[in-house]
Amino acid sequence: MKKLLALLLVFFLATPVLAVEELTPEMQVKKITDAVLEIVRNDTELQKNGNTGPATQLIDERVLQPHFNFLHMTKLGLGREWRKASPAQQDALVKEFKTLLVNTYSNALTIYKDPTVNFKTSRYKATDTDVMIRTQVLQTGIAPVDIDYNVEKLGNEWKVYDVVVAGVSLVTNYRQFFSQEVRKGGIEGAIKSLQAKNQTQGKK
Amino acid sequence: MIPVSSRSRLVVVSLLLIALSGCATTNGTYRDRSNDPWEGFNRSMFSFNEGLDRALIKPVAKGYEAVVPTPINTMITNFFNNIGDLMVAVNNLLQGKVKDSASDLGRVALNSTLGIAGLIDVATGMTLEKHNEDFGQTFARWGFGEGPFVVLPFFGPSTVRDTFGLAADLPTDPVSWVSPDVVRFSAAGVRLIDTRADLFSAEKIAEAGAIDRYSYLRGAYLQRRQYLIYDGRPPRDKEEY
Repeated sequence: MKKLLALLLVFFLATPVLAVEELTPEMQVKKITDAVLEIVRNDTELQKNGNTGPATQLIDERVLQPHFNFLHMTKLGLGREWRKASPAQQDALVKEFKTLLVNTYSNALTIYKDPTVNFKTSRYKATDTDVMIRTQVLQTGIAPVDIDYNVEKLGNEWKVYDVVVAGVSLVTNYRQFFSQEVRKGGIEGAIKSLQAKNQTQGKK
Repeated sequence: MIPVSSRSRLVVVSLLLIALSGCATTNGTYRDRSNDPWEGFNRSMFSFNEGLDRALIKPVAKGYEAVVPTPINTMITNFFNNIGDLMVAVNNLLQGKVKDSASDLGRVALNSTLGIAGLIDVATGMTLEKHNEDFGQTFARWGFGEGPFVVLPFFGPSTVRDTFGLAADLPTDPVSWVSPDVVRFSAAGVRLIDTRADLFSAEKIAEAGAIDRYSYLRGAYLQRRQYLIYDGRPPRDKEEY
């Protein structure tokens, strides 16, 4: 009897834990967009003065750090140039590319003051580990913008590895640029151009 | 439906199509491999267009945005979208998407009547979604190759295929059929400024993301076109590195 009770106890305790882990990719993206919208709506610096700095930092810390796979993003962004980089250079590339992506993604969402996000039908199977979640950002007076999130399942979690705004990937759109940079100044040249860009962006 | 006066335009379009089939050679991915053999020319055209934008179009669009209240701005955008939906319907039909084409015509019918001459987009609320189609996309569906990237003076980024598309879009644009010149030019002018004002948000993203503006906008244009051709579901580039 005791054994049965213990078993029941374990069963009831375990169920909610399992439920938390079973996030669908759609729920994960919804968590991300909800968190970003809350930051955007409540940031007085952004709402009153149009200063995106503090909101960008919050979005980075609370949303992007935990839910974006920046290593995968950097690999995709660099394309075939990635393998030419030494481990140290790869670290530097991830660090700089991450800053650039955080700025671009935040800028794309801080345009809005009071947006709503619609989830469009995303086609995927329950067993898929790499899916695209389609959303549309709406605000009166601004034409609706499609934002699609490519997410992959890593362990129990869904991580974003590409964001596509109105059909343009914030990640792969750099491939041709990086090829040209590497041809001109090697991997070091590409890192330097990223650093220069991030410094000018940081000053704003 | 097509006025007699534009029959000659159809002839021009047919001739363009024949010419186009001759250059349907380039294909494949644009993301890594550069399909921009005219980069030097393109970059100077790009600077020319940006100069023109900075000096003239952008300031007017900024003023327009500041003066025109948001609801009116939306109505103006809706009005031109409604006119545009007519050729969207035609292009969907040419691409064999009969259902979409019928939905586009439904949009025009609803928005022109209930939506008061297109000022209010009532159709979207009734689940008749707005589509984005043009002759460049139709030619792509018909199998014509993209051709090299090209920056056109005044019209901006394009490809060889989209340039032929534009050549078909311009004469079939209902605004170009309006008869007194003054009205036609004013309408085209207002539409240009309204469109430009709607691009401010996209411009902000590009400013944050672009390390080299030309390269960023080239990539964005090509990816965006691919997305539109495949109606939001382009084939995924599965290459991993």
